[in-house]
Amino acid sequence: MLLALLALALIAMVLATPLALRRVERWRAGRAPRRQANAADFNLELYDPGRERRAEQRARELLRSCVNAEEWGMYRDLGFIRVAGRHARREIDRGARPAYAYLVYPHKPIVAYVPESGQLLSEYCVEFPDLTGTGGRHRLPASDDMLAKWMALTSDEDRVIRRANMHLVGRQLDPARVRRDLWRLAEWERRRGNRQQVSQSQR
Amino acid sequence: MKPGHGEVLLAEGDPRVQEDEERLVDEFRRQLDEGMWAAVPVRNAGSGRREAQMVKEYADIPPDSERVIFFPRASGG
Repeated sequence: MLLALLALALIAMVLATPLALRRVERWRAGRAPRRQANAADFNLELYDPGRERRAEQRARELLRSCVNAEEWGMYRDLGFIRVAGRHARREIDRGARPAYAYLVYPHKPIVAYVPESGQLLSEYCVEFPDLTGTGGRHRLPASDDMLAKWMALTSDEDRVIRRANMHLVGRQLDPARVRRDLWRLAEWERRRGNRQQVSQSQR
Repeated sequence: MKPGHGEVLLAEGDPRVQEDEERLVDEFRRQLDEGMWAAVPVRNAGSGRREAQMVKEYADIPPDSERVIFFPRASGG
């Protein structure tokens, strides 16, 4: 009797196996698209913590190779670059000292000011967004942003100023901090002038 | 300049060699079509100071320039 029951169970199992396999295959086929969709959701580029640092190092070298030695020193020591404005109200104003200049910061607005008086004029918010259509998650390394602003201002000042959003100083930058930067710049230039005088007298 | 990556070499070659020049022209046009700005670092003949020169055509590139830098165009931030 027991042997007969075991034989029946074995036969039932053998008959049921193809049915069970078909159900498992159908279930797996149903899950595949969902699994692929989930995988696509998580198919993010692996984050490389050194990439941004390496990009910034390359950007610093590129900036150094493009700007004047004085501007490079300014950026290295102070973190910003002064770019002279090209326009003058009167022809007589076209002297050695520009009528106005810009302080260019990386990833911050450009500040226009009057070098003669130190008066802050306005801030120009400008950025160089990702045009590759990868979602705009990335931005230029700081030194590349600086170089892009420098190239845009020294080559076509009007175009970059036209594209920027102009505000009174204080919208994004603290005017007190900008005035302190102007003071730091004046001190830096004084020290640099002294060093140059010393090196010239030693020759 | 590529956001998130920094400097990327797009193409290099000798513009005096026809094959190289064609490749450089193609890359130049492709970058400008993608909306990039192109600038060449130059030295001002008068003041001797370094500055950039924006170029909109391949023919505008000064013949003695070593490189053209492409960067995303500026927009209000």
